[in-house]
Amino acid sequence: MTTTAVRKDGPAAVTPPPTVGGHARTYLSRVRGGDVGALPAVLGLIVLCTVFAIMRPSSFLSAGNFANLFTQGAAVTLIAMGLVFVLLLGEIDLSAGFASGVCAAVLANVVTVLGYPWWVAVLAAIATGVVIGTTLGMLVAKIGIPSFVVTLAGFLAFQGVVLLLVKEGTNISVRDEVLVAIANRNLAPTVGWALTAVAVVGYAAVQLLRHRTRVARGLITDPIAVVALRIGGLAVILGTAVYVLNLERSRNVLISSLKGVPIVVPVIAVLLVIGTFVLQRTSYGRHIYAVGGNREAARRAGIEVDRIRISVFMICSSMAAIGGIVAASRANSVDPNTGGSNVLLYAVGAAVIGGTSLFGGKGRVLDAVLGGAVVAVIENGMGLMGYSAGVKYVVTGVVLLLAASVDALSRRRAAATGTR
Amino acid sequence: MSATPLLELRGIDKSFGPVQVLRDVALTVHPGEVTALVGDNGAGKSTLVKCISGIHPIDAGEFLFNGEPVHIGSPRDAATLGIEVVYQDLALCDNLDIVQNMFLGREKRSGIVLDEPTMEQLAAETLAGLSIRTVTSLRQHVSSLSGGQRQTVAIAKAVLWNSKLVILDEPTAALGVAQTAQVLELVRRLADNGLAVVLISHNMNDVFAVSDRIAALYLGQMVAQVKTTDITHAQVVELITAGRSGGLGLATDPGSNGDGPQPADSISGGVR
Ligand SMILES: Nc1ncnc2c1ncn2[C@@H]1O[C@H](COP(=O)(O)OP(=O)(O)OP(=O)(O)O)[C@@H](O)[C@H]1O
Ligand SMILES: [Mg+2]
Repeated sequence: MTTTAVRKDGPAAVTPPPTVGGHARTYLSRVRGGDVGALPAVLGLIVLCTVFAIMRPSSFLSAGNFANLFTQGAAVTLIAMGLVFVLLLGEIDLSAGFASGVCAAVLANVVTVLGYPWWVAVLAAIATGVVIGTTLGMLVAKIGIPSFVVTLAGFLAFQGVVLLLVKEGTNISVRDEVLVAIANRNLAPTVGWALTAVAVVGYAAVQLLRHRTRVARGLITDPIAVVALRIGGLAVILGTAVYVLNLERSRNVLISSLKGVPIVVPVIAVLLVIGTFVLQRTSYGRHIYAVGGNREAARRAGIEVDRIRISVFMICSSMAAIGGIVAASRANSVDPNTGGSNVLLYAVGAAVIGGTSLFGGKGRVLDAVLGGAVVAVIENGMGLMGYSAGVKYVVTGVVLLLAASVDALSRRRAAATGTR
Repeated sequence: MSATPLLELRGIDKSFGPVQVLRDVALTVHPGEVTALVGDNGAGKSTLVKCISGIHPIDAGEFLFNGEPVHIGSPRDAATLGIEVVYQDLALCDNLDIVQNMFLGREKRSGIVLDEPTMEQLAAETLAGLSIRTVTSLRQHVSSLSGGQRQTVAIAKAVLWNSKLVILDEPTAALGVAQTAQVLELVRRLADNGLAVVLISHNMNDVFAVSDRIAALYLGQMVAQVKTTDITHAQVVELITAGRSGGLGLATDPGSNGDGPQPADSISGGVR
């Protein structure tokens, strides 16, 4: 306690100005400390794609198959995006699969049996999701039943509800033009390029604006080179994807032309942006992380923990409803198995593979999209290689287990090194 | 000196199930003073703090804030009054960074969007004002901080809000010598700036170094509240361990022979 250095004003954190090398070093030490983020999913995606591309160069690498990947994985990805919110609290929703089935059945009944316009059916399906989520959330937060039990009961009950709604054993077709278009039609190539431009410019604007504000306020920032790299990376990835999707994929161009970005892609992209904004940029999102990280601390900070818990189940079931709509669109019908069999486990798998922790407090909506891509690639690639459904299930199970191990191990590592 | 106390508690009772942890507790806290709350392990200090901050509902008794009766039903009520608490079992979220923790539940926003630059700036200023220079980045997760660093973050969080009353539950228990001295200096500075401070500590040197008054809890009862200058080390220790200290501990109380604190054995069944 010498008197020389009692007070030194200025920012508390005096660190050297940011450099690209320093940025890379920080990232590496974070990864080594157990904060692996989306790295396993991205690496897995690269490895899987390489393997399938070598084994089945003509079919896996075709533009048609690339478009298929999106429509195949869309429903699971959408459900997984909702599950991320529940997983962030360290809870689980086992009923999300059949909840999507119930919502799809409501959609089909409203549009086909009752004959209402498509948008009434969509609203009815989403409203059903909200009601389901509110009920589950109330049972968990207000009565205090573990979410595992509540949603397991939901899993069974909703399976029955789907059966009742589609009258045992039959199915209800969905023929409405708009609804069918969601998972089966494509954007005009020019529209695809226009949306890409909007996305890249929007992202660049947000990133550069943030960089400028922080520099102006004298706060520590990522080096501008890293910001530029991020923007460039997004532009390259989106540009390549849209270019490939805009290639002609019809077997016989004279009969019909088939090209463009599938309509589900912008649907997922918009929901991804909204979900990310809510989680990262609003206090509601901040409170979700807080409750997931330390519920008691959140309560003492004045956060209404129960409300947060109920709301994430509402979000999850609503996203399941959207997933159900996409599934109904893709199949052109709803049957007793819509949202059943492996849908839920694939969705949970997608979120976890993408890097969302089962222990709560860690995860992003983007994880669901990356993990959903991994699941879709496995399903698609193994199908092309002629493996049976049995083998696909086993492999997906192993991948999920691998992802959960990465989650558990990185957590242990983080505890040991004090980072997270 | 006899201005209205900032906070006055009267007849606070609190039970957890069959166990009565606080009985008929009274406490007055004055602005510009450090009130040390002492007592043995399990005496009920932390419980009393949690009652003041709205975490535990009280069974009976009343709170007066600035002389006005108030009801504190939730942590938010306490925060609105200007009461901030640094908890013994730290209330920080490991998965959030320093800035996020400091503003938790009271985030600064522009529109619906979080105003991160402003929060980061305010956090940096607060930490600098407390001469805290041990953290390398405001954006590191709290889980990567040492115990002492976490404690400083928790205190900075309490100070950030221009609070009127800051309660610190054993803030120096996990700190090294230098950081303890810094925290105590900080505690003193808060009081000198006109805040009311309640400091819970088991360390008598700390208590005598910074406090203006000492309140002693013994098995859930407030056995004495005296000026620090009117009492000795040994007497405080006796109050803590036996609930009484000859005539001197209760010398401020004229009828110190029968109706003072109850002998320990008559209530030993109540609290383990
Ligand atoms: N939530 C609770 N439920 C039941 N009993 C509790 C609870 N919290 C505290 N107690 C009991 O209340 C008594 C007082 O505990 P408290 O934590 O207030 O003591 P303390 O004075 O802060 O002790 P220390 O110096 O060890 O921190 C203890 O006997 C404890 O077991
Ligand atoms: Mg205590």
